[in-house]
Amino acid sequence: MRDFDFAAPDSLDAAVQLLAKNKGKARPLAGGTDLIDYLRTGRLSADLVVDLKRIPELNVLEVTQQGLRLGAAVPCYRIYEHPEIGTHFAALVDACSIIGGIQIQSRASVGGNLCTSGPAADSTPALIALGAQCVIASASGSRTLPVEQFCTGPSQNVLQPGEILQEVTIPLPEADSGSHYRRFIPRNEMDIAVVGVGASVTVKGGQISNARIGLGAVAPHPLFAEDVSNWIVNQPASDATYIEAGQRARKIISPIDDHRGTAEFRTHVTGVLVERVLREAVQRAESGTAG
Amino acid sequence: MTAQQVVTAEINGRPRSFLCEPRQTLLEVLRDQLDMTGTKEGCSNGNCGACTVLLNGRPVVSCLVLAVECNGAQIETIEGITPKDGLLPLQNAFLENAALQCGICTPGFLMATKALLRDSPNPSEEEIRFKLAGNLCRCTGYDKIVKAVQDAAERQAATK
Repeated sequence: MRDFDFAAPDSLDAAVQLLAKNKGKARPLAGGTDLIDYLRTGRLSADLVVDLKRIPELNVLEVTQQGLRLGAAVPCYRIYEHPEIGTHFAALVDACSIIGGIQIQSRASVGGNLCTSGPAADSTPALIALGAQCVIASASGSRTLPVEQFCTGPSQNVLQPGEILQEVTIPLPEADSGSHYRRFIPRNEMDIAVVGVGASVTVKGGQISNARIGLGAVAPHPLFAEDVSNWIVNQPASDATYIEAGQRARKIISPIDDHRGTAEFRTHVTGVLVERVLREAVQRAESGTAG
Repeated sequence: MTAQQVVTAEINGRPRSFLCEPRQTLLEVLRDQLDMTGTKEGCSNGNCGACTVLLNGRPVVSCLVLAVECNGAQIETIEGITPKDGLLPLQNAFLENAALQCGICTPGFLMATKALLRDSPNPSEEEIRFKLAGNLCRCTGYDKIVKAVQDAAERQAATK
C-alpha cells in the first residue's frame, strides 16, 4: 500500500479543517471496507486518511418524533440491532443485514456505502425509498440534499473536496406505512446486487396513498423511480398495481451487460423485484409490523 | 516516509504497544510485527474471512482494518481463545467433526463462530450458514463446519 498519513480527529470541526487543508488529497475513513481495499489496490490514493469514527456527530443514531438521524460512520450492525429502526425503517434494516457478511457489517457504514457511490450499493435504494436527506458538512458550513441527488455516476457524487457526509436523516413515516428492500443475487449471501429494489408505501383503506421506489444496479447511479412512484399513488393495493409498476420501472432504467447479468436479464428482474418488493411493503404496512 | 505511530491496544487481554505505519493493516501488524501468525491471510480484500479477529467484541476482517485505527481497542485473536486446561468446546467440536482439512480458514471460522455462539447460543442451520457466509472454506464443503457449530452449541449449553 502506498504511504499516507493518518489522523483521527475527535471533532467535526477538526475533521473538516483537515480536509479543507488537504483538499483532494485527504480521504475520509469510516468502516474502511471499500477505502482500505481501494488504497491497497491503487484504485484510489491518499496523502492523508482521516478516520471519522471518533467524531460524535458521525456516530449519532437516534429515532425521535422527527425521524431517524443516522451518523455517516455508524456501522450496519448498529442499525439492525437498534430496537426501533426496524419498526419504522424496515427497508434500511433489510439492506444493512445483507451488505457483505457479518465481518463487513461490523465496520461498513451506510454513509460510506453512499459515498463510495457504487451503482449497486444496497443501502441507497432503501434510503431513496424512505425519503432520506443527506447532511453535508464543510469548513464553510453545511448543506442538505435529497439522497437521490447524491450519487451522480459510478463512484461519483456531489461531494466537493473538503466536504464530508455528516449524517442521513429520514422522516418518521406516517401511520399505515411499510417498506422493504430486496436484491437479486445468484448466491444466497455475500454478493453484489444484480438488481436491487427498495420501496416504501402508505396504505389507507386498501388504496396506496404514498409510494417511493428506489432502484439499484440498473443505471449509472441508484435511481428514484419518481414517475412510477407517482403513478402508484391512488392505485389499489393489488397484484395488478404491483405488476404494472414493475412494467413501468423496466422502461426507465439503463442497465449494462456485465458478468453479473445482461441488460435484458436486469430489465426483466427489475420488474419482478418491483412487484415483489411492493407486495411485501404493502403487507408490512397492513400488518403494522413495520410502519 | 510517513512517521510511524505508536498504537496501544489490548490484545488477548494484555495491553500491547507497537509501532506501525498508517498504511499497515491490523493483519500485517499481527503477523509480521507481533509474530501472531495464527491469524491467516487469505484474499486480503475482505471476501474470505480467513483473517477474522474480534475488534471490541465484533468479528472483523483484519485485512480491512488499519492498525492505527486500533488505538485503545480490544482485540481478540485465535491465539487468545484457548483456555490453559485444554480446548474450548468449540475447538473440540471442530476437531471431532472434522470441520477442517487444510486448516487455513479455521482460525477465521473459530473467531466468527465464537462471536456467533456468544450472540446466539442456539442457532438454526440457516442462521449458521448466513452468519458464517463471510468465511470461505475450499476443502470441507461447509457441511462439517455447520455440524461442528451445532455440536459446539450443544456442548456450550451442556457446560453452562
